[in-house]
Amino acid sequence: MPAGTLYRGREGMWSWVAHRVTGVLIFFFLFAHVLDTALVRVSPQAYNSVIATYKTPLVNLMEYGLTAAILFHALNGLRVIAVDFWAKGPKYQRQMLWTVVTVWVLLMAGAFYPVLQETLQWLFS
Amino acid sequence: MATDSIGNVELTDSTPTDATAFLIEPPRKRTKTTSGRRSRTNFEMLAWLFMRLSGIVLVFLVLGHLIIQLVLDGGVSKISFAFVAGRWASPFWQVWDLLMLWLAMLHGANGMRTVINDYAERPNTRFWLKVLLVAATVFTVFLGTLVIFTFDPNIS
Repeated sequence: MPAGTLYRGREGMWSWVAHRVTGVLIFFFLFAHVLDTALVRVSPQAYNSVIATYKTPLVNLMEYGLTAAILFHALNGLRVIAVDFWAKGPKYQRQMLWTVVTVWVLLMAGAFYPVLQETLQWLFS
Repeated sequence: MATDSIGNVELTDSTPTDATAFLIEPPRKRTKTTSGRRSRTNFEMLAWLFMRLSGIVLVFLVLGHLIIQLVLDGGVSKISFAFVAGRWASPFWQVWDLLMLWLAMLHGANGMRTVINDYAERPNTRFWLKVLLVAATVFTVFLGTLVIFTFDPNIS
């Protein structure tokens, strides 16, 4: 560990970094998402034309990325709660992180086809 | 040896002549840049508790939302004005979306406040970033709430 830094490295620090990065990404997405949904108050055409741009492969890929960010933030958030409120939480924080990563990988594999079907059908049609 | 503006101490190879120069201030020590008086409400503790309580509720609300919007019935391909109209015809989904909007925006805004506090060092920068954050949050929560309550499926 370099001298004079508060950063401790390893699972504890990197999960904190990932939690922070995904949190900021989700916040900016949420801001944009409320604005796009607000178009239903303008006209069905305005809303549908913006949603049509979301059905393109690039944005579809970003949706899979958003799913990845949200799932990690949700699972790691439950781990943070366990660390704070469960007496043995701090002791098992590392094992809980690897549990989070495993569940995250499984859920991301499960979400692969459903979320990306628009792109996969475009690729292989 | 130098101390930067947020109090991180940089160590050098030279032998320290003044032992107290290595002292890192305890995290919660009141300094001349923090207010000397204790506030009556423990805002930071309530914010900390809110993050955990809203977090648990959001896990269910947001994951349910993702499953409905991105996974079931053809994923994003089914989303359209008609789909939104169909869902908001039910008060259940209106309340779901309203609760999700408020909790997610407040949870996100408090998280961003923490990030600003951690990285923006100049008092002016901190102040204006927080003004921008509060303005964006109030605007988004207000707009979203208005849209949910005034939605008109027969709009032309």
